[in-house]
Amino acid sequence: MLNALDKTLLEKVADLHSVPIGAYSIRKNGVGIERNSTANITVEPKTDKPGINVTVKPGTKNESVHIPALVTQEDTEDTVYNTIVIGENSDVLVVAGCGIHNDGGKTARHDGIHDFHVKKGAKMRYVEKHYGQGPGTGEKILNPKTIIWAEADTVVELEMVQIEGVDDTHRETTVHLGDRAKLIITERLLTTGVQTAVSSVNIELEGENSTAQVISRAVARGHSKQDFFFDLSGKNKSRGHIQCDAIIMDNATVLSTPKISAYHNEAQLVHEAAIGRLESEQLIKLMSIGLSETEAENTILNGFLK
Amino acid sequence: MLELKNVSLKIGESRFEVLKNISLKMDQKKLYVLTGPNGGGKSSLAKLIMGIEKPTTGKIFLDGEDITDLTVTERARKGIGYAFQHPPRFKGISVKEMLRLAMNETGDPMRDLLLQVGLCARDYLSRDLDATLSGGEIKRIEIATILARRLNVAVFDEPEAGIDLWSFQKLAQTFNTMHEKLDTTMIIISHQERILELADEILLVENGRITPNVTMESILNRQDTTMSCDCYEETEGTENAERVG
Repeated sequence: MLNALDKTLLEKVADLHSVPIGAYSIRKNGVGIERNSTANITVEPKTDKPGINVTVKPGTKNESVHIPALVTQEDTEDTVYNTIVIGENSDVLVVAGCGIHNDGGKTARHDGIHDFHVKKGAKMRYVEKHYGQGPGTGEKILNPKTIIWAEADTVVELEMVQIEGVDDTHRETTVHLGDRAKLIITERLLTTGVQTAVSSVNIELEGENSTAQVISRAVARGHSKQDFFFDLSGKNKSRGHIQCDAIIMDNATVLSTPKISAYHNEAQLVHEAAIGRLESEQLIKLMSIGLSETEAENTILNGFLK
Repeated sequence: MLELKNVSLKIGESRFEVLKNISLKMDQKKLYVLTGPNGGGKSSLAKLIMGIEKPTTGKIFLDGEDITDLTVTERARKGIGYAFQHPPRFKGISVKEMLRLAMNETGDPMRDLLLQVGLCARDYLSRDLDATLSGGEIKRIEIATILARRLNVAVFDEPEAGIDLWSFQKLAQTFNTMHEKLDTTMIIISHQERILELADEILLVENGRITPNVTMESILNRQDTTMSCDCYEETEGTENAERVG
């Protein structure tokens, strides 16, 4: 049964107001509490370790599977291993994400390890939102690890969002792309206070004519620290483009380390990175149409992180 | 009515005086065109009116109220608007969102606002105000954000810059309609004959000073024969020396 707190967290991480329609698995404090399979999407628990196997039948179109995790107890360390197989020529949405509510003094931590196999010709959009709340002093920690194997002619869209309340995160994302596979990653990250975030994205353009585009936008406020690593390898005739932008405010720190490696003479790889403060011209423009300085600042940041 | 009394502005570490003891009154429902050479102080004057720059000396009044110390936001809320010469771009803010933020009580549909600057709402409302828009497009949207507001004073800083000839004709018409329909004090910084023609009064801004009531003919026939450069003799020797070397 989901209580009010669970529903708040679900809404934050999966835009859900209640139990979703279609296939799902909801994990709470280290235990699967609700699960549903449909005719085309099977969700079943793993037998050898914590986690689930999600199998999408070939040719499944316009269906979704929600697999959020909730942590509402302090002193919890939950590691989960999920394997998701997207059948050939299907087109699905996978929504994961984790919400932590910690009102105690001890750490609440969730490490979600997701292994995706996107079969030939399939299209997958994967949304992963992370959120923390609660008045406790205990840390809220999320360490997601995502590995994606995208076969030939696949389209994979990844949306990774962490906007609020996570004290510490180490995010690792690795994607292997087959022939003509197309990857689009959008990453949004906001850190405040003394939060720290490390994000490492590794893309292997292995297939001929594979393409990858990464748009990473981050805002660092207070005394928070962000550390980004991007590693783009072109191992075939391929194209890759990484664009990362960060707005730095107050006493924050942002580090961005790019690496592009070409192992093929027709690999075209671009990395663009920019870190800077809020532009005063943008603030003045919004103030000149009647917004206060704080409203102008929030409007710019909300747009940037949209 | 907008009034500047003995306003001066010094900027930068060198305290360069870009505006020198300016006094002028601008009435409601009048269209003023500020023209003059680059670096003469036109944009600085516009920024002083919006509150982006604060005068070093002197006072600014709006309908008799001293607004010299008011912030940009406070002036905006009193009905002053400013279309930037170089509008900033925003990642993640759409044209629709910007117009919605700008709109006060005009209630003009967004498609009409865009049409007035020669843009089709269908093509532009959902686009972001970012680097994907051309200079001319962003400039026209900037003007639309001013048209979206019911203003006491509207300042347009070189609205023609970057706008193609066909759209510019449309824009001149839009300014004319605005002038006919509204009581707004319109101040347009421009060098274009088509805009100068619309003026109730043309003011020449040059070397930080203002000459009111200049005629269009005197502006258009102006041949700047007074231009001189006294650094010519100093640098000539050096240039020759470099060439020989």
